[in-house]
Amino acid sequence: MKFSLSTEARLAQLAQNYPPGRLKGAVIPMLMYCQDEVGYITPELAQEVATRCGVSTLEVEEVVGFYTMLRKQRMGKTHLQICTNISCLLTGGEELYEHACKKLGIGHNQVTEDYQISLEEVECIGACSWAPAIQTNYDFHHHVTIEKLDQIIDSLRTK
Amino acid sequence: MADLVTLTVNGQPLRAAKGTLLIDAAKQAGINIPAFCYYEGLSLQAACRMCLVEVEKTPKLQAACTLPVAEGMVVRTESEQVVKARKTTLEFLLANHPLDCPVCDKGGECELQDMVFRYGAGESRYTEVKHHVDEQQWSPVVYYDGPRCILCYRCVRVCDEGMGVGALGVTNRGASSLIVPNKGDHLDCDECGACIDICPVGALTSGTYRYQTRPWEMEHVGTVCTHCGDGCKTTLGVRNGEIVRGNNRDRSGINGDFLCVKGRYGFDFSSHPERLQSPLMRINGQLQEVSWSAALVAIGQKMPAIKAAGGKIGVVGSSLSTNEENYYLQKFARQGLGTAHIDHQRSGDVAGLIDALAGRTNALATTDELYTAKAVVVIGADLSQQHPFLAYQIRANCRHHQAAVYTITSGPVRETSIAKKAVLAPSESATLSQLRSLAEDLKQHAEVVIVFGDIIKGSLVRELVEFGNSLGVKVKYVCLVDYVNSRGAVDMGVDPRLLPGFKPAPTAGMTLPEMIASPDLAAFWVVGSNPLEKQGLASSNAFIVVQDMFLTETAKRADIVLPSASLYEKNGTVTNGTGQVQRLKKAASVMGAKTDLDILGLAARAIKLDGLGAANAEKIFDEIRSSVRGYNVPLPVIATGGAPLTAPLNGRVDVQPQPELIRSAQDTLFTSGTLGRYSKMLNSVMEAPGKLYGK
Ligand code: SF4
Ligand code: SF4
Ligand code: SF4
Ligand code: FES
Ligand code: FES
Repeated sequence: MKFSLSTEARLAQLAQNYPPGRLKGAVIPMLMYCQDEVGYITPELAQEVATRCGVSTLEVEEVVGFYTMLRKQRMGKTHLQICTNISCLLTGGEELYEHACKKLGIGHNQVTEDYQISLEEVECIGACSWAPAIQTNYDFHHHVTIEKLDQIIDSLRTK
Repeated sequence: MADLVTLTVNGQPLRAAKGTLLIDAAKQAGINIPAFCYYEGLSLQAACRMCLVEVEKTPKLQAACTLPVAEGMVVRTESEQVVKARKTTLEFLLANHPLDCPVCDKGGECELQDMVFRYGAGESRYTEVKHHVDEQQWSPVVYYDGPRCILCYRCVRVCDEGMGVGALGVTNRGASSLIVPNKGDHLDCDECGACIDICPVGALTSGTYRYQTRPWEMEHVGTVCTHCGDGCKTTLGVRNGEIVRGNNRDRSGINGDFLCVKGRYGFDFSSHPERLQSPLMRINGQLQEVSWSAALVAIGQKMPAIKAAGGKIGVVGSSLSTNEENYYLQKFARQGLGTAHIDHQRSGDVAGLIDALAGRTNALATTDELYTAKAVVVIGADLSQQHPFLAYQIRANCRHHQAAVYTITSGPVRETSIAKKAVLAPSESATLSQLRSLAEDLKQHAEVVIVFGDIIKGSLVRELVEFGNSLGVKVKYVCLVDYVNSRGAVDMGVDPRLLPGFKPAPTAGMTLPEMIASPDLAAFWVVGSNPLEKQGLASSNAFIVVQDMFLTETAKRADIVLPSASLYEKNGTVTNGTGQVQRLKKAASVMGAKTDLDILGLAARAIKLDGLGAANAEKIFDEIRSSVRGYNVPLPVIATGGAPLTAPLNGRVDVQPQPELIRSAQDTLFTSGTLGRYSKMLNSVMEAPGKLYGK
C-alpha cells in the first residue's frame, strides 16, 4: 500500500523517532496518520502498518480494537466529537449532542449520506476548563453554545 | 545462603530465593494462593486480582503473582479482608458470566466454579441485562464463547509464548474485551488446543470433545502419544472403552501440559469406521473375513513348510509398536523362523551416532536438557513441524534461560525467529561446512546440544561428532527419528545388522528394500508398517502376512491380514527419540483387534515355534531390562510414569553403515504417516497437510 507523498513524508519522519528495530512503538501514530489520509482503518491498512512496524497484523488489530479514535468504518470528512462527560454535561454538552443528532439526522458513530460529517459522543477530551467542548478532527472548540455549534456545522457543510 | 530471604506467610516462617514471586514461594510451602491469570512458565499479566493478599505495612492488598518476596515480609493469604476482596472479584467476574454451569462444557473442571465454591459469591447485586455475544467457531478444533471469558489472557500468552504462534489477540476494551483469532473470523495456527486446555473456564472448547460427555464420566488414562518420536505423555479420557479426549492437564510426564494437535486430538483413528475387526484371508483372490482360528490354522500350515524348505522369510517391524513387541518380533524372526532378514523403516541414524560416541558417556541429551542447555543447534529439521515438543522445549529455554539457538536448515523455520544465528544450507555438504563456521560461537557456551535430522547420517555423523569434540565444551546429541517407537525398534534389534542393544548380528540379513526386491522371497511378515505403499514385492508368490489396524496398501496385497490394536489399546513400553523409556497404559479397547504381541504369541504357537518364551509384556520387559544393553532402567521410575534415559552402550557398533536406507517421512504437524490418514480431526483442519520450511 502506498500513501500520498505528504503522508509518506510524515511516516518517514515518524520512523526516525524510534531506534532501529523498535518501530512497534510507532504503531499508534502511524495508524493515526494513515487514517487521516484513508479515512478509516481498512484491513489492508492494518496489514500495511504491521509490515512497516514489524509486528503481526493481529497486534495492529488489537490496537485498533482498543482505541475508539481508530475507526474500522468509513467516517465523514470531518469527524465531529461532542463531549458529554461530567464537566461538559453540567454545562450543556448533552444538549449540544442532541442538537447535533437532530440537525445532522445521524446518531453516535454514524455518518451523513454524503460522508461529509460523522458524529461521535465522546468521553472527556481534556478541555474541561473550557466546557462544553467539542472537537472537529484535530481542532478544539471551547465554550460551545447551540448557536456556535450551528455555525460550525454550517461552515463544515459549505466547505 | 545469602540469596535466601525469610518471610512469614499465615504465621508460618518461610525461606525462599530472592526474586521468587510470593505466589510461588507460598506454593512451595504448601500454601495455595488462588489465581486465574497467573500461569507458571508464562509471562506475568496481573489482570484478574484473584491473588490479592494482605502484606503488613503495605496499605493496599497486593497481587501475589507479581510481588517478589522480601526479607521480613509478613503476609496473610486468607484474612477477612482478603477473603472479602476475592469474593468481590468473583462477583464482578460473574456479573456478565452466564450462570448455566449445568450445561457448560467445562462444568466440573472449571476454575471459576471452584473459586466461587471456595469463596462464595452466591448473591449478585448486578441486575442489569447481561452483555451477550454469540459463540464462534474459529476452526474445526477451536470454539470461543465470549460471555464465558474472564479475560485472564492465558490463551493469548500460551499461543504466543508457549507455541510461538501468536494467533490469539484481544480486541475492544474493559468489559467488552473479547479474544480474537488472527484471521478475522477464523484461525490459521497450529491447532494444538493449548489455548483450550489452559482456559480456566468454558470460554474455549474443542471441536473434538465439546458436549460429548461430563468429565466425571470418563476414566483418565495416562499413556504416551502414538505419533512423533518426542514421546509426550497424553492423558486419554475414556468412556465405555472409547477415547473421547486427550490432554495433559496435570502437567505430568516429560512434556508438562504441552501437546501438539496430534497428541491432543489425533486419537480418533482408534474408533475409525475402517478399523479392521476381523482377520482377513485371501480366498479365491479376494480378501475375506475369517475367524482368528481359521487365519492361524492357515499360517500354521504355510509358514512351517516355507521354513522347512529353507525359503527366504522377510520380517518387517513397526515404529509404532512397543519395545516388548519389537523385541519379541526379532526373536520370532531370528530364533523362531530362523531368518536374519528383519528390518523396519529407518528414519534416523541412531546406530551411527551411538557408534560415533563410542568411549563417551553422557553424550545423549534428554528432552529436559533441551530446556536447560545453554545453547542448542538444530540441524536439518523443521522442528516446530516435525518435532513439536522438542521445539517447545527450546522456545521455553530461550524465554526462561535466554539460551542461544542456532539453526542450519534448508529453509526458514519457526526457530529462525528466536535464533542467535540462522543459516540456510541447501545441501548436505553445505550443512556441515555451515556448522563449522559456527565453531567460534559455539565455543562460548558451556554446554551445547546438537539436534540433527536425517540429513546427517553415515560418515557425516562421525564428522559431526568429531566437530563436537573439537569444540572443547560439553556437547550432547539428539538424533531425530520419526515415530513414537522408531528408536525402540533399532534398540530392540529390528535391523538386519543389529541384535537388541546394538550388538552386531552374526550374519547381516537383507534390508527392507532388498527383501522387496528379492525375486525369491518366500514369505513376508509385516507388523504395523506400510512398506508396499507405492510398490509391490518382486517375488510374485511370497506368502504375505500383515498385522495392521487398517487395510493399508500393504495389507491389500496380503494373503492374511490380522487386525491389530493401536498403541492406545495396549500396555508395554516405548523409547522416544532422545532414548527415554516410558510406560504405556491401555486406554481403549476395540473389539476383534489384538495387540501385536498377542498376535505374535498366537502365531508362534500356530507355527509351533518353541523357546520364544511367553508373549507377556511384563515378562518380556524384564528380559529386556536384564539382557538388552542400556535398558537396565529402574523399574520404580518406569512404574510411576518417569522417563529414564537408556544408558547407551559405550563401545563401537561395528556394522556396515547404511545411510541410503535412512529417510525421514517428513511428516508435518498435521500428518503422521499412514496412521495420520485415519484421523478425521487431523485431516479436517485447514492447515493440513502442512508444509516444511515454509515451502
Ligand atoms: S490451537 Fe494452539 S496454535 Fe491455535 S490458537 Fe490455540 S494455542 Fe494458538
Ligand atoms: S478465553 Fe479462556 S483463557 Fe482466554 S482469556 Fe478468556 S478465560 Fe482466559
Ligand atoms: S510432539 Fe510428538 S509426541 Fe508430542 S504430542 Fe505431538 S506428535 Fe505426540
Ligand atoms: S468533560 Fe468534556 S472535556 Fe472534560
Ligand atoms: S493471578 Fe494475580 S492478578 Fe491474576
